[in-house]
Amino acid sequence: MEELKNKVRELLKAGTVQAVIGYRAGSDEKTARVAFVRQPDEADGLILDPRCTDNLAVYLLKPEVKLLGKLAIVARPTTARTILQLASENQLADGQVIVLGVSADGKAVVELASFEALEKFVGQVPAGLTEEEKVLLAKIEGMSREERWAFWQSEFARCIKCYACRAACPMCYCSRCIVESNQPQWIPVSPHDEGNLEWHLVRAMHLAGRCLNCGFCAKACPMGIPLNLLTQRLAEEAKAAFGAVAGGSATGEYALSMFKADDKEGFIR
Amino acid sequence: MENDNKATGAFEPKLVAFVCNWCTYVGADLAGTSRLKYASNVRVIRLPCTGRIDFMLILKAFAQGMDGVIVSGCHPGDCHYTVGNYHARRRWILFRSLLDFAGIDVRRVHFAWVSAAEGAKWADLVNKVSGEVRELGPYKEYQGLAGKGIA
Amino acid sequence: MAETRLIRKDALTKLFEKTRQSGRRILAPKAKGEQAFFEEVTSFGEVCLDHVQTRSSAKEAVFPKCEALLRYKFGDKGAVSYDEKPFEPPVTVVFGTRPCDARSLAALRAVFNWDTPDKFYLEREARTTIISVSCTKADSDCFCTSVGGGPGDTAGSDILLTPVSDKEYLAEILTEKGQAIVALAPELFATAGGAQKEPHLAKVAVQFDVNELAKTIPVTFNDEKVWQEQSLACLGCGTCAYVCPTCACFDIQDEANRQGGVRLRCWDSCGFSLFTLHTSGHNPRHVQSQRWRQRVMHKFSYYLERQGMLGCVGCGRCSRACPVDMNLVEHLKELALHGRNG
Repeated sequence: MEELKNKVRELLKAGTVQAVIGYRAGSDEKTARVAFVRQPDEADGLILDPRCTDNLAVYLLKPEVKLLGKLAIVARPTTARTILQLASENQLADGQVIVLGVSADGKAVVELASFEALEKFVGQVPAGLTEEEKVLLAKIEGMSREERWAFWQSEFARCIKCYACRAACPMCYCSRCIVESNQPQWIPVSPHDEGNLEWHLVRAMHLAGRCLNCGFCAKACPMGIPLNLLTQRLAEEAKAAFGAVAGGSATGEYALSMFKADDKEGFIR
Repeated sequence: MENDNKATGAFEPKLVAFVCNWCTYVGADLAGTSRLKYASNVRVIRLPCTGRIDFMLILKAFAQGMDGVIVSGCHPGDCHYTVGNYHARRRWILFRSLLDFAGIDVRRVHFAWVSAAEGAKWADLVNKVSGEVRELGPYKEYQGLAGKGIA
Repeated sequence: MAETRLIRKDALTKLFEKTRQSGRRILAPKAKGEQAFFEEVTSFGEVCLDHVQTRSSAKEAVFPKCEALLRYKFGDKGAVSYDEKPFEPPVTVVFGTRPCDARSLAALRAVFNWDTPDKFYLEREARTTIISVSCTKADSDCFCTSVGGGPGDTAGSDILLTPVSDKEYLAEILTEKGQAIVALAPELFATAGGAQKEPHLAKVAVQFDVNELAKTIPVTFNDEKVWQEQSLACLGCGTCAYVCPTCACFDIQDEANRQGGVRLRCWDSCGFSLFTLHTSGHNPRHVQSQRWRQRVMHKFSYYLERQGMLGCVGCGRCSRACPVDMNLVEHLKELALHGRNG
């Protein structure tokens, strides 16, 4: 922890960056929230513990945050992968952001100033679902189709189309989302059952092979819809079918931006 | 459009086929000029390439009351735009898995490669899909979404 | 009007049965994961009153998230025919609202009955009976007492239940609508004796002086820095507005095909950039700080000016639901401080 604070003070004092995006204590003892540290002495308020789960990479593309100047960001492996994925989609340039990489156990902090360093950093940490997540996915996959339909319909029925899932997703950076296109109106704006189903499927498909599984969408959902399961399922499929895993490289292509002539499927007639 | 057979009153599935301009559409045309008789349940919508067949089209088809959807284009290696169908294939693999996970009946979504020379394959495909979806009956689950959730 | 009775907790099962038999639908908090949501219930057994506050508010009963305003059909040669069916929303009992939610109806009514009475809202409200349950516990996000409410406040409720023992609720029957519910099963309501509700209510500390706030907040209007700082973390999602019991903004959408269509009213949020985007491309609130300012000013300043009441009941839902932990009370206190210092 001291290591991180020192690093932040150092970067700000030297003028290497103008702001550091990190975590500070939140409203209660269970919550952490984002900190935008701009003065070296503000680094004292930084924290780094199991509460700090939000994927702060979502702030890197926010116009108001960009105005702060050059940024450094405290990044757990998932956030680091997000940054690489954003880089591979040409949303971040090499050297634009200094990443303060935090090891999975939350103890060691390393300054990663280039994408190459970032790639090495994430390469040391296995990506993929946790055992707990796999169990949950398997539970739904194990249902009959009718049960799955009923399960998702009851979940989607609560959706109020606040789009908090989209706002919280670092990969949802389009300045104009498909749901805001109205000529033609692809996705109904209204939160009725048809509109909700289409929104959730379109959201998942647009993140297919790009999702880093940070879980921020599900955390942000005020209605408690486990919508990260949809993107998890797609990530598992992309890995199984194409060996594609998002967020490993700043230059790589993602599952749906490339193909192999011998991609295997078992359903095309 | 009625889903029922006017003569017998039995259920007749409504199908839509999204096909590419260069292979399947020409193949379907060949089926016609060859005077092949096949099920009349399908409405064909021609698009430039399978790469253009947005997955949303499939959802919209169901939302508009279709009981089944066919998506078809050039065989791998034969794409008029060289690689559109390869991209489409990847998308279908993921999309089909998502549909299944969300509880949508993937027995109602059919993907195929039908070349310009395969008029007979097209006729056979439409016959088979019509038969299969006829067995499944109308897609009540999806059609039941219309208007649901509106106070 | 107010009458005080006692009702046993185990009698609520019967009351629910009678209410359902009378043709009323019942909305009540139902547990789902760690949260509770207002949903239609068929028996008292489905109801969960363990939560300090439900995640979604009860406004859905009077202002649904998606509501049909108009249905139409296209005929030959451009002819349009309208569905002339009279508007008959379901007769509803909302059970288990907290007193803050009951108070929120006044704020909604003020908007929907402002210049043109909104028949959809007013008709739904006329057919809705509110049976609230006083708060015996509160959390750090509750601040009803700072905005004029309280854990046992009766405003807006038709019946207010306060648990006065493990087995009994003190029932304050406040309106004719409340009387009508009692009349469904009068035998369930006993005389109150000397039971008092106050000792059983949660203690909710006053966090700020709302009258002072109303004076100080407008002073900060042009202090861009403070609004920018406060909203730097804001993701611009609409969660706060969507869970808010008093937020009344909506969007109107036509969904039509060649045969006909429906005009829908759906919730909207001033937190979205699209909310104020003009067709020309100009956006009068083009940055998030202005949208955050609008939200705060509307609730604590404009509402007072225009409706003579606050647009906030202190339920704390926005703070609890915010994905990035933007705490409303914390921000209000900071604004009051800024305003005071000019």
